[in-house]
Amino acid sequence: MQESGKNLLWRIGAVLLALGFVSLVLLAAGAPPLAAFTNIISGAFGSPGKFADVLVAFVPLLMATAGLLITFAAGLWNIGIEGQIMMGAIFTTGALRLFQGTDFPPGLAIALSIAAGMLGGALWAALAGALKTFGGVNEIFGGLGLNFVATAFSLWLIFGPWKRPGVASMSGTEPFDQALWLPQLPGFRLSLWALGLGIAAIVLVYFLLNGTYFGLRLKAVGKNVHAAYLLGIPTWQYMLAAFMLCGAFGGMAGSMQVVAVYHRLIPSISSGYGYLGLMVSMLVNYQAAWAAPVALFFAALNIGSIQLPIKLQLDSALSGVLQGVLVLFVLLGEGARQKWVKRGK
Amino acid sequence: MKVELKNIHKTFGKVHANNNITLTIPAGTIQGILGENGAGKSTLMKILSGFIHADRGEICLDGAPVHIASPSDAIAHGIGMLHQDPLDFPPMTALDNFLLGHSGRFIPERGVIQHEFRRLAAEFDFSLTPDAYVDSITVGERQQLEIMRLLWLGARVLILDEPTTGISLPQKEKLFATLKKLAAQGMTIIFVSHKLEDVEFLCGRVAVLRQGELVGETQPPYLTDNLVEMMFGKAISFGGRTSFAPGKSVIALNKIALEDVRLQIRDVTLDVRAGEVIGLAGMEGSGQSTFLQACAGLIRPVHGRVRMDATDLTGRSHHVFKNKGVAYLPAARLEQGLVPGLNLTEHFVLAESTQGVFINRDQAIRLAQDRIKTFNIKGTPASPVESLSGGNQQRALLALLRTPLNLILLEHPTRGLDIESTMYIWGKLKERCAQGAAIIFISADLDEVLQYSDRILVFFAGQVSPPLDAASTSVEQLGQLIGGKGWETLS
Repeated sequence: MQESGKNLLWRIGAVLLALGFVSLVLLAAGAPPLAAFTNIISGAFGSPGKFADVLVAFVPLLMATAGLLITFAAGLWNIGIEGQIMMGAIFTTGALRLFQGTDFPPGLAIALSIAAGMLGGALWAALAGALKTFGGVNEIFGGLGLNFVATAFSLWLIFGPWKRPGVASMSGTEPFDQALWLPQLPGFRLSLWALGLGIAAIVLVYFLLNGTYFGLRLKAVGKNVHAAYLLGIPTWQYMLAAFMLCGAFGGMAGSMQVVAVYHRLIPSISSGYGYLGLMVSMLVNYQAAWAAPVALFFAALNIGSIQLPIKLQLDSALSGVLQGVLVLFVLLGEGARQKWVKRGK
Repeated sequence: MKVELKNIHKTFGKVHANNNITLTIPAGTIQGILGENGAGKSTLMKILSGFIHADRGEICLDGAPVHIASPSDAIAHGIGMLHQDPLDFPPMTALDNFLLGHSGRFIPERGVIQHEFRRLAAEFDFSLTPDAYVDSITVGERQQLEIMRLLWLGARVLILDEPTTGISLPQKEKLFATLKKLAAQGMTIIFVSHKLEDVEFLCGRVAVLRQGELVGETQPPYLTDNLVEMMFGKAISFGGRTSFAPGKSVIALNKIALEDVRLQIRDVTLDVRAGEVIGLAGMEGSGQSTFLQACAGLIRPVHGRVRMDATDLTGRSHHVFKNKGVAYLPAARLEQGLVPGLNLTEHFVLAESTQGVFINRDQAIRLAQDRIKTFNIKGTPASPVESLSGGNQQRALLALLRTPLNLILLEHPTRGLDIESTMYIWGKLKERCAQGAAIIFISADLDEVLQYSDRILVFFAGQVSPPLDAASTSVEQLGQLIGGKGWETLS
């Protein structure tokens, strides 16, 4: 208890340092830091609509983070999550195109399309996993390469086979009938179904990693492959399973972008939620229990900074700076703490 | 250059790796350093070559005290070390490797240096070409490259750590000729080895280390028995030996051949019986680890068959062997056997066969408490394994073993442990034998090998002795065999 209390203090210290650093950056840019921060807060929580938008961003981020916690547990850096989100969106769009205009019950069609998206993400992740396991390609490089392939593939679909009747455009494919949308709260962009799925995902991952034999074995593989193998764990199969599970959650996130947010396939539909999920995972030290609040915080930063250009003539990239600096300082703080502990011994 | 080491002390935790070592090596000599694994040879050489620093003591070169802060500092003082595993960069060419560590201009003058390279190679009759890639040449040639590089960098003291391991006989002869030539030119050569024959043949002086202390210095003519006694100390008396009644065959190796980068093991045939303990003796890296891993299914034999219980397991994976009741406990407990970051309870859960999907926490903690008590581990169910002491980590590894087992394979089961832990661990292992398991273990401690084994296999540079009856083998005999002597008397 005392140990974790000290841990928390280090983290809070790191967050304060990060805020201080960003204030310096703002001052250097000639902007008042306090005004910027209050603007971000009001931009995220100032009205029910704004908060609903935060939750819209929160859903895919939470799903991607849930998946990444699995690969991190297995000691894997699934950079390919972005491509897996995109593949999820593509598979979901493909499935919805099949159901559109048929008499198939819409509810079931949506459910099957989400399942298709999860399958797409899982298959794309399996490719990165197979490259690592059988081809000796580090998952970071394999994943990065596959991200580019997935982006190119989505663009080809949008401007080729799935283009809008008449003219292809960057605004994406033809929107689906409203019957094939996940129901939204009246007057808001938020779908409670999507939010529920996101929360279910993180809860599921929490129990998977903390209460099951599968989760424990996965952690053993992640922390010491050699010992895990000697303990009788089929190590490469577990790594591949971790990839596919993460891909399924990534695919689910992509699926939500289609059925709950955009209702069509658009270019770069993953919106960087995969990379952001990597940062959230690092920030929570790979513990599922903290993933939801921190993902919510990051989503709030993203939405809150949208109005910075209008109000303060600042670029909305400020949220990215803040998020990046936060992760760097927390990691730095962790490094410093470990050195400190070592020296103390 | 005259090298003087004065009152060198170095401790690692509780281990006194170098205890007040004073050694003077005159210029132009080949000084042998003998000692078994862990005697402190490498520590002393690493101190001299700047890799680590002595806690106390002084180093003088040609009478002047020097402070050696780093390996590059050492080479600036004229001290170069040739490591057992060559410290080179295999994907680069010989010339690139030659250039590394040279503080020249920003852009090296390749033409001039290439000329130098060829001149040095010709001088020592090395058949090295500058543009050969290092990963395509032999260990012996890599060694030659490293010697040339160190000489070119201005080394006047050359330290060689076990240089004759893994090289061919002609290469060894060439190496020895080179070393003698260098010594005649006034270079100081420090030759670290456990091979009595090499040391006796080459060295003008020999210093013997044992348990961190310098136990003696001799000059030719050498008496082999004398050297062996200095290396291993006097034989201690053993406790009573329990003779075993051989049970059924547990594992049968038929003419297996094994290969790794350095060694080739040929034609080993062995039938291990239930309840039997087989000790593998030999200097580290003589092939015993490879052999043990082959028994675990971690290395595939290139020839021959491995059978257990009338089933042919040749080429099957370790998990198949595991299901047949084989357990393998590696030497590096924390690196290979345990999972740092997981606690004792989690380890016991992992090692047990699973029931269902969810882990029953209460049951797991009860299991952990039970095992911790039975195996007398100083820790709690929530202790991360890395927080345990070495002895308790080894107890934890033993506590992870499933029941029943047919064959337990152990690498250095008691290395680094105090006597109490050692006795305890052997007590537990003997219990397993009584239950019908066979044990094959590696140890560098000859007394341990002789005391606990029924039969002994001695390894020397990939050669494997026929099984020796432990009861009729002496420490001296074993010491000689390990050093590569007296093999012709074995049938």
